[in-house]
Amino acid sequence: MVQASKLQTMFTDMVTARYYEERLQEEYLEGKQPAFDISAGPIPGELHLAAGHEASATGVCQHLRDDDTVTAPHRPHHIAIAKGVDLNRMTAEIFGRETGLSKGKGGHMHLFDPEVNFACSGIIAEGCPPAVGAGLAAKKRNEDSVAVAFIGEGAVSQGAFLESLNLASVQDLPVVFVIEDNDWAISMPKDRVTDVADASQRAGGFDMPGERVDSDDATAVYDAAKEAVGRARDGNGPTLLEVQVHRRMGHFMGDPESYRPEEDSAAAKNRDSIERLASELRAAGIEDEEIDELRENAHDRVDSAIEWAKDQPQPDPEDAYGDVFVGPESGVTTTETTHELAGDTRAGGDD
Amino acid sequence: MAQQDSAQAIDRELTMSRAMVEAIADEMRADEEVFYMGEDVADYGGIFDSTQGLLEEFGHDRIMDVPISETAYIGAAVGAAQAGMRPIAELMFVDFFGVGMDQIYNQMAKNTYMSGASVNVPMVLTTAVGGTYNDAAQHSQTLYGTFAHLPGMKVVVPSTAYDAKGLMHNAIRDDDPVVYMFHKRLMGIGWMPAPDGPKTPVPEEEYTIPFGSADVKREGEDVTVVTLGLHVHRAIEAAEDLAEDGIDAEVVDLRTLVPLDTETILESVAKTGRLVVVDEDYRSYGVTSEIVARVAEEDLASLEAVSRLAVPDVPIPYARPLENEVIPATEDIKDAVRSIGS
Repeated sequence: MVQASKLQTMFTDMVTARYYEERLQEEYLEGKQPAFDISAGPIPGELHLAAGHEASATGVCQHLRDDDTVTAPHRPHHIAIAKGVDLNRMTAEIFGRETGLSKGKGGHMHLFDPEVNFACSGIIAEGCPPAVGAGLAAKKRNEDSVAVAFIGEGAVSQGAFLESLNLASVQDLPVVFVIEDNDWAISMPKDRVTDVADASQRAGGFDMPGERVDSDDATAVYDAAKEAVGRARDGNGPTLLEVQVHRRMGHFMGDPESYRPEEDSAAAKNRDSIERLASELRAAGIEDEEIDELRENAHDRVDSAIEWAKDQPQPDPEDAYGDVFVGPESGVTTTETTHELAGDTRAGGDD
Repeated sequence: MAQQDSAQAIDRELTMSRAMVEAIADEMRADEEVFYMGEDVADYGGIFDSTQGLLEEFGHDRIMDVPISETAYIGAAVGAAQAGMRPIAELMFVDFFGVGMDQIYNQMAKNTYMSGASVNVPMVLTTAVGGTYNDAAQHSQTLYGTFAHLPGMKVVVPSTAYDAKGLMHNAIRDDDPVVYMFHKRLMGIGWMPAPDGPKTPVPEEEYTIPFGSADVKREGEDVTVVTLGLHVHRAIEAAEDLAEDGIDAEVVDLRTLVPLDTETILESVAKTGRLVVVDEDYRSYGVTSEIVARVAEEDLASLEAVSRLAVPDVPIPYARPLENEVIPATEDIKDAVRSIGS
């Protein structure tokens, strides 16, 4: 039984993430209608929204601390929100502003917040190896922090994912891999990309525990993640989790979804994990008024983050040249010590 | 570097591999956060002696053999570096970059920039490069230009033991990613005899050589030969032969491709007016064209004649006469210098 306070926190994360995506959708489409022009409007670039994925992120991140590392894929907003990434600066980054998390150099697929050890990679499954590295660092330093790599089900055939399972397993690293199964890899349904319906079975090939949460039920994810994160934190190695989520929107904004049967879109919209959690809140004795208040507060926070972000300055074009390196190009020294070397230095060869 | 005989002169000679390893060991003693991982780097000691002897002192926790899984362990180095450690990851042959390149150029090299420098990646990627021992197209490349082309990583190519040690110290202490490319033929491996040149006196103390500082390995007045790695030694040999014919060639060893010391090249060309660029990478879109372009942009007036010598645009062949044909030899350098007159 999940504590009522945890249920409230999860509900807040989920309604924040859902409303965030809905509001970004509105902002993104500004200037892009009636004809869709990806280079118009206030939000630059592609936008992959995660409405329908919220249960997975919040159920897992409830068990994480700021010093635990999370890597997220190209669809990262709900995970960033659940991990506690600074919402104002994240939003400013998505709008490409100077005060964004990355000063406008990363964008929505490349969000980094070292304060809470959150990072993204826009390349499918390639966030897994760095998560393994964070786990390796924790083990080497004898710390009990853990790392979690989130990926989509389309990533389960990628070498980076499978290699990471192997390295985490053979080195007994504190890593949890979370597959968010939304049934679709852009236009490819899962049964056309793998014969294994339950991708958590991939764990068996690496002698690692694997578990699938078959519905996007936040409390079921919470329970499964509690065990997986606990196992990692206690030094008992990695776990693979797969969580069924649903994709309520297109792969990216502008996706016509012509490949997707209408019944599938309708079914996704009907199985709403947020309403499911609201019922659990009521069952736990939380009044409707309180639930509404949680929702309103979350909406206010999102609206205010978007308002703040839109008010931020555009970056100075000259800033494009900075931040390739953090240190001087020459390294830790600019001068070379002179040594007196004996004789003909070309008399070399082998030992 | 000063080269002279004196009572205090350093006369302890090391192979390039021993000099590299000495720097790694010093850094590992000084900083517990430094560790080395790669294929066959622990019990074997590195196929090309890049880690020889380190296991005995530091044990398997810090000299880590890993699965044949470049994406996973190079990416793990990226993750550990972002967590503040100082990993050194070894790619056994640079030719294997294809199986792990996303972690190298999309993660290691870009995460700093994409984060607006809120994240940094203090790691070294060591890798063996080069041919001349008939290992054919998948085990003989240098790929200098490929790595130097992609922004976000420094690219270091030592040609002597002295340089190898100072550059390695600087690489490990750097807060940014460094690709350290060592030429197999220069390491001083028993089964792959090195030419004269890479084995040099090496101070026992630690020292750092800055990146972006080319070294004039031979001074000359008539022609500038710009090169790196193995071909520094071929160029010096060519220059000695040319001197007998009255042609005085200057040999500039780039030492690092990123950052590139354009200034030293320009100074030399201003003096000689003639430029030959020699490289063991492919000819087109590569190091040789970049050097020539920079000189042309900055000081076209000084440039009386130019020639470049690189691997023609074919994969490296296997049979000895075929490989010898495509990798620039000492004779080829002499011909190139003569072809642009003096």
